[in-house]
Amino acid sequence: MNRQKRRTGRRHPLATVALLAIGLVFTGGAYAALSAGTTAQAETDTTSQQTIDEGKKLFQANCATCHGLSAQGTDNGPSLIGVGAAAVDFQVGTGRMPMQMQGPQAQEKPVQFTDEQVKQLAYYVASLGPGPDIPSDHLVNGGGDAASGAELFRINCAMCHNVAGAGGALTEGKFAPPLTDVSGVHIYEAMVTGPQNMPVFNDLNISPEDKRDIITYLKYVQDNASPGGFELGSLGPVAEGLFIWIFGLGAIVAITVWITAKSN
Amino acid sequence: MSTASPTTDTQKRSFTTSAAVYVNERTSIAGFIKELGRKAFPDHWSFLLGEVALFSFVVILISGTFLTFFFQASMAEVHYDGSYVPLKGVEMSVAMASTLDISFDVRGGLFVRQMHHWAALLFVAAIGLHMLRIYFTGAFRKPREFNWVIGFTLFILAMAEGFTGYSLPDDLLSGNGLRIIDGLVKGIPVIGTWTSFLIFGGEFPGTQIVGRLYSLHIMILPALVIAFIALHLVFVVVHKHTQYAGPGKTQQNAVGPPILPIYAAKAGGFFFIIFGVIALIAALFTINPIWNYGPYDPSPVSAGTQPDWYIGFADGALRLIPPGWEFVWLDRTWSFNIIVPLVAIGIFIVLVLMYPFIEAWITGDKREHHIADRPRNAPTRTAIGAAGVTFYAGLWAAASSDILATHFWLTMEGVIHALQAVVVIGPFIAYFITKRVCIALQKKDREIVLHGYESGRIVRLPGGEYIEVHEPLDEYDRWRLVSFESYAPLMIRPNARGKITAGQRFRASLSRWFFEDRIAPVTKGELESGHGEHH
Repeated sequence: MNRQKRRTGRRHPLATVALLAIGLVFTGGAYAALSAGTTAQAETDTTSQQTIDEGKKLFQANCATCHGLSAQGTDNGPSLIGVGAAAVDFQVGTGRMPMQMQGPQAQEKPVQFTDEQVKQLAYYVASLGPGPDIPSDHLVNGGGDAASGAELFRINCAMCHNVAGAGGALTEGKFAPPLTDVSGVHIYEAMVTGPQNMPVFNDLNISPEDKRDIITYLKYVQDNASPGGFELGSLGPVAEGLFIWIFGLGAIVAITVWITAKSN
Repeated sequence: MSTASPTTDTQKRSFTTSAAVYVNERTSIAGFIKELGRKAFPDHWSFLLGEVALFSFVVILISGTFLTFFFQASMAEVHYDGSYVPLKGVEMSVAMASTLDISFDVRGGLFVRQMHHWAALLFVAAIGLHMLRIYFTGAFRKPREFNWVIGFTLFILAMAEGFTGYSLPDDLLSGNGLRIIDGLVKGIPVIGTWTSFLIFGGEFPGTQIVGRLYSLHIMILPALVIAFIALHLVFVVVHKHTQYAGPGKTQQNAVGPPILPIYAAKAGGFFFIIFGVIALIAALFTINPIWNYGPYDPSPVSAGTQPDWYIGFADGALRLIPPGWEFVWLDRTWSFNIIVPLVAIGIFIVLVLMYPFIEAWITGDKREHHIADRPRNAPTRTAIGAAGVTFYAGLWAAASSDILATHFWLTMEGVIHALQAVVVIGPFIAYFITKRVCIALQKKDREIVLHGYESGRIVRLPGGEYIEVHEPLDEYDRWRLVSFESYAPLMIRPNARGKITAGQRFRASLSRWFFEDRIAPVTKGELESGHGEHH
């Protein structure tokens, strides 16, 4: 009885405390690790009210005309409540926002803000409602499986962006931009937020690891020149046809003229 | 020399001579070489375009033979295990894997593959330009009508060669191309579906098509191309080459360097130049990067998916059809979005093929022609050609509508609508503009022949009047301007039974249209009477 009681035994009086301590250490550690990843990249204290306040000032000076003073949206621009830091980091970080003019879609242009200001804006908007956060480094640095990424890219992205990421046309003047010089973090943010005419690829649709594979493939294409020589814009047969007619046949016609020229 | 006896003569012969005599005694080839070697080949850059096509075909044969050593035309599935990282472990057909191996693991393979593909693009482009030269100079007229038909058949065969080759690697692009062909075939009423199943050995894509296309691509089609090229060249020898008008050049002769030795040496050198240009392009510029496209999978289609340029006109025709041309009637789907472009392209091809006979029928011209026309001296023909080129170019451009939209900041719809206008209205505008330009140029030529060219020298006459002195043309330059043949519209004449048939009226009205506003060449009489007046 006694033995049995000892075996099933009462827990040590401090067991609960120990369990709590272990749990807290793990959660805190994981949180610290994750937020360290984010803050290392952002170099901005995301939680600080000061960051959010700075972001709010920038927002009201540069964005409120279209998005409204509290980002609630107007006739000229959508509400930004709940779009998350990732959306702002993409749109402002690639120079698409603030938008130069209304058109089929926002054009890329030189980035208007410093990295710090972009992050301040991002966390101000993130403070308005929960939304996708800026992804952590290990997801956007490549280092995944390029072959799997290439396959995912062909199935999910190539119909608009072209198999080599050279871009392509959409309807009514809209277009899928080339991905030849887009950074990993912006590619990731585009996938999770679906900017302009792009659909959202959430984490159930394409998991974060799959997104990392896609970025790995695009980085491979960006970093490795075509094994066949100059790529002619990776545009496919149209560029090849133009090249052979203008430069190939052009050169050969010039040679025929030279061969049949009468000697002076 | 004259004292040499027959025995010492044999000893004194050079090695070349002895070898030539040895061969000739056994083959009697000397007569043939003498006949062929004395053939004159008129010198003009545009006469070399056919040669460009021929030589690029030789490059295609050589590089293609190399590729057959390594390519495996099988659709069995394997996991890629070659050196290209972003495809490692990906499931693909043996055809695709072996093409990747040619590109990455066979020494010189990528270079030869790119040579083969670039040479193919050049081959069809050179045929196209050659055909335009023949058309616009009227070199298809009697007695060369059959050779036009043979040449045009070669153009069609070249397109077939190109398309079958494009489909072999079984990458995403070639599979998408085949899917369009499958759709075209299935769009044909009644027999479409059955024909598609026959071609693909079941539902698309099946496991048969690459092997079947391979047989066509490396055996049947090349054999046909070689046979037709041989026939084409035999006819060139039989008819002699055409030449442009000039002093001493008549319908009865051909003026130019003889084939042996000058022309053969030039052409031989030219072959190596063509080979070199293709090799240079292949070494420097990527073509058909199948490693980007990946293996064929029926679900993805890449943006910027186009056929090679020579099939572009057909792809463009499909893109230009407005929406809503497919409907259900009698419990069947009628795909007029496919039937209409197929029929339009079919009619266009038949018209081009038959053009020499059509023009001969309209003009009633039964003379032989060995002097090539200047395009302006046949305004209606040139205008019809310009209309045809506009029609083709509109369809061709439509195949790149998406690239046009992104690269010129246009809307895709805008591009499509503009090209629809180019294809439907463009030919008429091109016809009228070209005809007027030709007639204006003819009038200018006439003016120059009769009154000389403006010398730029202003002279003040004693009375105070200023005139510009017109210098007469020298005889050699004038030759080019006056020696073209005059036609006249057909007259309506009653037939043997004394009746004027409706067909004859139709033919005569076409003939009147063909010769409308024609400018007659300057006659000798005009020239002599005009010669006196210097002003």
